[in-house]
Amino acid sequence: MDAVFETFKLRAETVSAEVHHFPHKNEALDFILHYLHDVGVSDAPQGYAVWAQCPFLDGLDQKQLSTTLPGLTFDVNREVSALARVGISQLDWAIANTGTLVQDGAAVDQRLVSTLPLIHIALIRSDRLVPDLPSALTKIRPEQTNYISFITGPSRTADIERVLTIGVHGPEKLIIVFFDEPGSVN
Amino acid sequence: METKFRESINKALHNPNLTGALGRFSEAYRISRQKAYEGYDFEALRTQIAERKSYAASHLDELADRFTKNAEARGTKVFRTKDPAKVREYILNLARENGVKSIVKSKSMASEEIHLNRHLETGGIGVSETDLGEWIVQLAGQTPSHMVMPAIHMTKEEVATVFNEQVEEGQKPDIPKLVKFARAKMRTKFLDAEMGITGANIAVAETGTLVIVTNEGNARLVTTLPKIHVAIVGLEKLMEKFEDVVPVLTALPKSATAQLLTSYVSMISGPVPNTDGTPKQLHIILMDNRRTEMSQDPKFKQAMQCIRCASCLNVCPVFRLVGGHVFGKVYTGGIGTILTAWFDALKASDDIQSLCIQCGNCTEVCPGKIDIPGLILELRRRLAVENGQPLAQKAIFSVVNNRRLFHSMLRAASVMQKPLQRDGFIRHLPFFLSEMTEFRSLPAIAEAPFRDTFKKIQQPAGDGKEKIAFYAGCLIDFAYPEMGESLVKILNKAGIEVVFPEGQTCCGAPARYSGAYEVAAQNANDNINALLADDVTYVVSACPTCTVALKHEFISTFESLGHTGSLPRARELADKVIDFSSLVKKLVDEGRLKFKEGQQLGKITYHDSCHLKRTLKVSQQPRELLTQAGYEVAEMYEADMCCGMGGSYSLKLPEISAPILERKLTNIKNSGALLAVMDCPGCVMQIRGGLDKQNSTIKVAHTVQRLADELE
Repeated sequence: MDAVFETFKLRAETVSAEVHHFPHKNEALDFILHYLHDVGVSDAPQGYAVWAQCPFLDGLDQKQLSTTLPGLTFDVNREVSALARVGISQLDWAIANTGTLVQDGAAVDQRLVSTLPLIHIALIRSDRLVPDLPSALTKIRPEQTNYISFITGPSRTADIERVLTIGVHGPEKLIIVFFDEPGSVN
Repeated sequence: METKFRESINKALHNPNLTGALGRFSEAYRISRQKAYEGYDFEALRTQIAERKSYAASHLDELADRFTKNAEARGTKVFRTKDPAKVREYILNLARENGVKSIVKSKSMASEEIHLNRHLETGGIGVSETDLGEWIVQLAGQTPSHMVMPAIHMTKEEVATVFNEQVEEGQKPDIPKLVKFARAKMRTKFLDAEMGITGANIAVAETGTLVIVTNEGNARLVTTLPKIHVAIVGLEKLMEKFEDVVPVLTALPKSATAQLLTSYVSMISGPVPNTDGTPKQLHIILMDNRRTEMSQDPKFKQAMQCIRCASCLNVCPVFRLVGGHVFGKVYTGGIGTILTAWFDALKASDDIQSLCIQCGNCTEVCPGKIDIPGLILELRRRLAVENGQPLAQKAIFSVVNNRRLFHSMLRAASVMQKPLQRDGFIRHLPFFLSEMTEFRSLPAIAEAPFRDTFKKIQQPAGDGKEKIAFYAGCLIDFAYPEMGESLVKILNKAGIEVVFPEGQTCCGAPARYSGAYEVAAQNANDNINALLADDVTYVVSACPTCTVALKHEFISTFESLGHTGSLPRARELADKVIDFSSLVKKLVDEGRLKFKEGQQLGKITYHDSCHLKRTLKVSQQPRELLTQAGYEVAEMYEADMCCGMGGSYSLKLPEISAPILERKLTNIKNSGALLAVMDCPGCVMQIRGGLDKQNSTIKVAHTVQRLADELE
């Protein structure tokens, strides 16, 4: 990967996000399934994993994935998201110099899975990485969507004695997974 | 000054948790802010913000219309009102019509400004702040003490106690656990609430977009889970173009919390579907509450450039001692004083405006390029006009303006205190004057003022020599004539004749800083007449406050009063005025002055005086001169932090001046130098007096005294 990616990785890690890159989609999928298993995703309250519909899921057998990993659901709603341990969604753009992810959040399921669960896994196509905020704002504009979210690291506060504490109202963990889309220019 | 206000100051000063937390924060902030801006051209960035915000302030009405049109086209309801009562009424009615029982709020200073929570609660609706700091403050029944960190005044122990008493027993003072507890308790509130209220950081007219910045993620939940979203937006948040968000989003997190970007930024341009598929009700309230009036005021229009980062609080030497609660209102610190005067009432700023020591730290970091100390002076001026000038003050100024009378009175007082004098200091004054000498000794008044000793100085004769006029100012004239003598000696070595125009009087700074602009204007006129009488190349002063008065403030005083006829001569004088170090540096660079060679004079530390560093932008010149003379400059920590003198500030608020001085003295001692040098006789008086009071052996001198004997 190039210098822009390295900048992104450095910036995102500085704000306590985890950054991974997989050249192939199936490697990314493998990583996620293993990760869900490792953090104890299960078919019980506080154990669910909710995965919002996204291009990454095209061509994947969602039913089979749910059977292999009980507790993983693609049927996102408010109740199950509030009881989920992990939320998974695909983001639209990434900004290198601040380590930020950009989400078209008009569809509510995109926001539910990235706000309510303790852990948010953010999928992002490697070719969607731009250097800075001005370049991101040429790609995604308010004319196109009513809700744009910028996410930089997990939820944080320093409101008590200025001590940085991760995970207040939003996710306490942000796992960023880059994958290369076949045929796209990286 | 009200007794209650004085009491609140003393309460804050005697709260070690508060002063400790704020002190550590201000020290850490300075470094982390600088790091966050690494690789950015801050001046260019803030020029851009100031320009875009100023444009918006000049086109407020037009932008509000465009915003409304564009937001409504996408299905948002926009309500615009001048009246805070109408805002409260609109929200309460909306809540009642929709059967709302509970509301979750993310941070909104605009809602605090209009005391919305109280109103809704009286109306029988539950309101929960969701920003952790705001929630703590709400539970404790307090107001935020800082715009960005509302609960910075509380310790974890205090937070645990609040949780135990107000929410659930059994909470320990363990920060991660307290945060987890808040998350759990708040989660049900988010899920149950029927209405969410937010503020906004930017409102973009061309797209009807709200930009909301948070770190905790609460605004995302507030705008996602409840079916109704109400955003309260002060008109100053309007900006013309979508591109305008770039500079604000670049600066705001860096200036506010030293982050490159906050964890979350939401840009909302219209209603989105609710979790049950129904469309969200999105209401945006554009609130005026005197913002239009402010934008039309020639002086205060620039306050509309504020992006509410609170960096002016974080660098303020006074705020870090007293915190936000002494301001008594919603908005705190330097900018808070100005906002209170407008959004509340001018009178409400009467006491709090006196907290500003005019050091100018905030002007260096303000991303909106607002001259906060300048605007506070303007408040002072307007208050003085409204309240009238106190009689005692009038009497003082009439004495101050009569040089000989002032000197003889000071001298008489000084002689009367003779038994109390030792080594040129007055250490105690009786009765009501005792506060003046409580934390620092005052200089004894010189037997003869400089205006008299000057006549006895034999300057080398010579016709057709270059002449420079010396402006002494009160302290050199009456207390430190030796500084004036050194200055004459130095300029004589460069072959320059020094003239001392007899008609010179007080520079007007004391009057101006008290809001007595008419007195300041009279001082300005007298000085202009005296100093322009001789044909001189420069007018030099060894007091930075006087230099600033001569160079900048005569002009702005005349402008404030509309005395346009006096401006040309004020400008003529301003062009000739130069501070001592800059003049000497110039003479050395031109080869007209030469230092003795190979001198090793030992270690000194240099203190930057506020007006010299931040108004006149002079900081390297004296250091270079002292180094060239043979001194080794050992930098002290926070060398450019105010010493607490601030002219008459140290007399009006000695309880604040003293701890500021104490920090300065500690930093001087820690530098390891046995001599502290500075360019301002006021700082010399404050610092020398403070060290004397502590029986320190560290010496204090004006740069002029340290250079006089080191030149060929």
